[in-house]
Amino acid sequence: MNQEEIYKILTDKFGESIIGYDPELAGDPTIQIAPTAIAEVCQYLAETDALKFDSLMCLSGVDMGVKEEDLSIVYHLYAMQHRHSVVLKTSVPKTDAYLPTVSHIWKTADWHEREAYDLYGILFEGHTDLRRILLPDDWEGYPLRKDYQEPDFYRGMRVPY
Amino acid sequence: MESIQQTESKIIELKPFTDEMIVNMGPQHPSTHGVLRLELRLDGEIVREAIPHIGYLHRCFEKHSENLSYPQIIPFTDRMDYVAAMNQNWGFCLAVEKLLEADETKDFEVPARAEYLRVLICELNRIASHLLSFGTYGMDIGAFTPFLYAFRDRERLLLLFEKVCGARLTYNYIRIGGVSEIITMEPGSIAEQNYLDEIEEFLDYFEPKIDEYNDLLTSNSIFSERTMGVAVMSAEMALSYGATGPNLRGSGVDWDLRRDEPYSIYDRFDFDVPVAKDIPELGSVVGDCWSRYKVRMDEMKESVKIVRQILAEGLPDGPVMADLKAVRPPKGEIYFRSEAPRGELGFYIVSDGTPKPVRVKGRSPCFSALSALQELSRGLMVADIIAIIGSIDIVMGEVDR
Repeated sequence: MNQEEIYKILTDKFGESIIGYDPELAGDPTIQIAPTAIAEVCQYLAETDALKFDSLMCLSGVDMGVKEEDLSIVYHLYAMQHRHSVVLKTSVPKTDAYLPTVSHIWKTADWHEREAYDLYGILFEGHTDLRRILLPDDWEGYPLRKDYQEPDFYRGMRVPY
Repeated sequence: MESIQQTESKIIELKPFTDEMIVNMGPQHPSTHGVLRLELRLDGEIVREAIPHIGYLHRCFEKHSENLSYPQIIPFTDRMDYVAAMNQNWGFCLAVEKLLEADETKDFEVPARAEYLRVLICELNRIASHLLSFGTYGMDIGAFTPFLYAFRDRERLLLLFEKVCGARLTYNYIRIGGVSEIITMEPGSIAEQNYLDEIEEFLDYFEPKIDEYNDLLTSNSIFSERTMGVAVMSAEMALSYGATGPNLRGSGVDWDLRRDEPYSIYDRFDFDVPVAKDIPELGSVVGDCWSRYKVRMDEMKESVKIVRQILAEGLPDGPVMADLKAVRPPKGEIYFRSEAPRGELGFYIVSDGTPKPVRVKGRSPCFSALSALQELSRGLMVADIIAIIGSIDIVMGEVDR
């Protein structure tokens, strides 16, 4: 099944929660989804027999620039049995970055979401263990945000080099 | 931001039972393959919970990448999985090339000679990486000799890499559009012939050694006792945790990107994909530590097979770099995955049409595989943790990025 067919199935099922589909840009086309519906859409994609997306290849946060008000979260899914893939995208405001978790659907999302929280400050609601993963627990700020300013000192050590 | 406080208070809130002991294993423990720290909650010698703490090698490769042009990022990918750096270079270059191909205004193709050199070098690097995994795994379990044998053979491979790019560990050899031209081997020259002869000599020497290593370690009864039937990862669990590569094949899933989603010129070569099977007469179950280890041993033979096919065909003539004036991918995004020795290495790149990427994410196979450790180790013995870590074959440089 290609992305367009999957997009059709999703719009029939979820209606307005599926915001758009953009095949124009270079590379992978993405299906834009409302942040509140992301967990339901993922659950549907993972459990329907015709789709059966059993593997979450990658989950990444994206900050497109300082002027952008939203952060994007991108899900790359793959179905081993049917051998098709899909790219889902959703965006949340930087000031209020809340999003339902998908870690109960694919266990790998547990660490990937922790990473997105660690580096982008995206809060995944329903995640059982959302804490920093790569940075120290007492680190301040979210480094991959474009407006991030590194601190001058961390525990007495100079940070900028 | 109440929920942050809630989660952070959870970290401090340890509730030990009266007979529970908390032990920190690592970050300087030799069996943790680098700087992994495990917080072990032990009931005697039984592991109630092994919580991995990672990030000791975190450089934020992704933040660096946002401030560099595409070719400048390649040396940073070397430092991800530093025992298979060629494959990391290649994974990143493949993703950028894929994005460049989407630009219809530019005609761009990787030359055949470069493709052959890439496969040749990356398969040799796969052997080097699996050798290191085999050697250190033996040492983790208590067999010191295999480690010395593995490093003896790996040394010859490193010398081969040194000849082609000048470096032994961080190569920066594979570039966007081809391979590095710094050390040129003119097509058809004596230098090229000598180099290929040297590879052939190595393969003739190395191929029987794999059987020797199987005699030495794989069928060793102490080693088998320690690894067979330990920490069985079912196929569903492996998929759910995103375990890929030898870890996934060790769980009995017949899946290899080189065969199933062929990139580059892998469709021209004939090779098998080793998948773990139940071996009742030995006591091995699909998905145990031994299966994951054995898949790697068998994969070395397949890599030898691929390299032999290239040597038989000979390298094609022509340039080693595509005619690329500047690397400026069009506006768009790509996720491209390739089969690195440790599994599926993916790069997610977002471009806004400028020479620098907006976002680069390295999807590291070890990161995903390591997240399964907590569930795998529950209820086992402390010594089994060592066996699990070695069998999922992690490189912390890639986990922490």
